[in-house]
Amino acid sequence: MAGFLDILSWILLLVGGFLGITGAVGLFRFPDFFTRLHAASVTDTLCAGFIVLGLMLQAPDAMMVIKLLLILLILTYTSPTAAHALAKSALHGGLKPLLHEPEAIPEPEGEEAAPQTQGETPSAP
Amino acid sequence: MYFAVAAAILVVMVLALVRALLGPTLFDRILAINTFGTKTVLLIAVLGLIAGRFDFIDIALVYALINFISIVAVLRFAEYSDNAEGPENP
Amino acid sequence: MLAATALSVVFLRDLFTIVMLFGIYSLLSAGFFVTMDAVDVALTEAAVGAGVTTVLMLGTLALTSRKEKISRTPPSMIPLGVVVVTGLVLVYGTLDMPSLGDPDAPIHQHVAPRYIEQSYEEVGMPNIVTSVLASYRGYDTLGEVVVIFTAGLGVLTLLGIGGDDRHRVRPPEMAHHLVLRVISRAMIPLILLYALYIQFHGDYGPGGGFQAGVIFGAAIILYTMIFGLAKAEQLISPLFLRYMMGVGVLIYGGTGVLTLLLGGNFLDYDTLAHDPLHGQHYGILAVELGVGITVTAVVISIFFYFTGRGSQSGEDEQ
Repeated sequence: MAGFLDILSWILLLVGGFLGITGAVGLFRFPDFFTRLHAASVTDTLCAGFIVLGLMLQAPDAMMVIKLLLILLILTYTSPTAAHALAKSALHGGLKPLLHEPEAIPEPEGEEAAPQTQGETPSAP
Repeated sequence: MYFAVAAAILVVMVLALVRALLGPTLFDRILAINTFGTKTVLLIAVLGLIAGRFDFIDIALVYALINFISIVAVLRFAEYSDNAEGPENP
Repeated sequence: MLAATALSVVFLRDLFTIVMLFGIYSLLSAGFFVTMDAVDVALTEAAVGAGVTTVLMLGTLALTSRKEKISRTPPSMIPLGVVVVTGLVLVYGTLDMPSLGDPDAPIHQHVAPRYIEQSYEEVGMPNIVTSVLASYRGYDTLGEVVVIFTAGLGVLTLLGIGGDDRHRVRPPEMAHHLVLRVISRAMIPLILLYALYIQFHGDYGPGGGFQAGVIFGAAIILYTMIFGLAKAEQLISPLFLRYMMGVGVLIYGGTGVLTLLLGGNFLDYDTLAHDPLHGQHYGILAVELGVGITVTAVVISIFFYFTGRGSQSGEDEQ
């Protein structure tokens, strides 16, 4: 039983760590603020959730489990809210999301790509 | 063991810090700091488990709350500040 | 990471970024303290440095400009030289110091063993930091509370009194952030409850008056930011806050006077109850309460005054 809990918490911690690193790499490599926001906040919340769950399985007494549960609740509550507030403030502050590729492509493909995107956007919900 | 997780979290924090220093717009920096804060909470919790001191969880809990308040404050001032010129380069 | 943050603070010009980098610096320091096993200090640093200081500095930024003025004169090398020489001398001085945690170091020889060994018998609570802070060094902590009170007074005289009430512009609230409002309504009671827990649990775990006061203040600051200064002032009037600033210090000093009246020395808690252990408990409880009240009142007052003066041309969301 103890071994099973250990293995389970190990898996959770490792998945959490992997998610965190993915999020950080995404923070680095994505081209635009809004895409970065998406990568960072989603993986952030999930990573926090997994790591806290993994720690909970390792906690020695009930008080620690309750406190870890509180941390989990707080992070689940506030992390997406902060991301939402960030996005809203950015939009309000005038930051525009990157909608299509900048015109760095050679001419023939550019002529095909531009009418396509312009044709798509009116029909987007 | 848990050092692997702590190391992973540290890597994330360093990357977030770089983004905070680089990020062309202001909001990039705010995002990076938000990430940094959440990861600090996790790091403190993991360090507490490694060191066997169970008081660290209180610190992590406090910091989770404070991080949220701090981000809201930063956003409020970013949005409504007198001299805010919108997202721009320093 | 600390060095990188500090260097970038020096070289960047955008004050906003610098404020946030200061937040990161405080966080790193808190992490540092955690690795050194200093729990109370880490708690205070996390609460104060990364939360309230950032908010108050942002409040200052809203009143001044966002960019650092570029100085016209070329930077002179003299200050840099002085700093480098002082730094080198300090490093040279530390070479002589005993290594960290050396049990033979003088700092560990005189008073510290007595605190560590006898604190539990004399004071009766597991958290030695609190017992040293509030009982063995109660006088110093009284000084700290008075300093915080004076800081609040300073801000009060500079920003508050002076007939500005008529010209105060109401800063816009985040009225359209529905998600934030809902979530904050749920979070603020929890934060307040947690602050109470930290206040009274300071005897057994990290915590105490200072941290609890800061967290209380942070919760009210959150409320003010999201629901507007007007509503927050209806909730806690500034006059009440002014009184509370003084009441906290009075409680602290009053406990001292009470012990005098009961026959002991100033702030000698042994006299407060039928046996010394209970007396210590009551005394520490009372003084931590005083500290918490003053810190809360000062933090909230400073924030109220900063936001009340800011945003001469803020966009109005109404």
